[in-house]
Amino acid sequence: MSAQDVQDWIGKQVAGNDVVLFMKGTKSMPQCGFSMQVAQILQHLGVDFKDINVLEDMSVREGVKAYSNWPTIPQLYVKGEFIGGCDIVREMFQAGELQQLLTAKGIAHNKQTLTA
Amino acid sequence: MGMAAEDIARMIKERFPDAEIRIEDLAGDGNHYAATVISEAFRGKSRVEQHQMVYDALKGNMGGVLHALALKTATP
Repeated sequence: MSAQDVQDWIGKQVAGNDVVLFMKGTKSMPQCGFSMQVAQILQHLGVDFKDINVLEDMSVREGVKAYSNWPTIPQLYVKGEFIGGCDIVREMFQAGELQQLLTAKGIAHNKQTLTA
Repeated sequence: MGMAAEDIARMIKERFPDAEIRIEDLAGDGNHYAATVISEAFRGKSRVEQHQMVYDALKGNMGGVLHALALKTATP
């Protein structure tokens, strides 16, 4: 795939799925602690999301960084919008902002708040 | 591989002269840091924009030689 094809493919994934997580590994078998944290937060909230394992394709791994002008993986997208990486998602979850965002975007999730 | 904490702080300071910067070497290996950057420059920006500004100041090192930088940004 050309670089432009990769950008188009990423755009399709992000547009065609309400919640997309570009991560190292899969939601059931994360291969990086940062990716694992975000996958766990989404699973904790009961959010149905599409996981894309960037380790399977180097062009996607690099392409998604260009797509969002964001240098690291994981990357979370909700309804086509780039939400952030691990630090931002965790911060938003702990503040209850991620749950608010999901509600505002009409994404089904558990209403429970932070639990130890 | 890795970067010295002073180099990270210096690059951020160059871009945000007013910033209060705290950098913690989490594992003592020069590779896993937590940084807090507090600057007026972040006012009115989204979290993503704030972090992009810091990554930009690090000139491509983030995600490259700098694998793990847990970042927290705020305004004074």
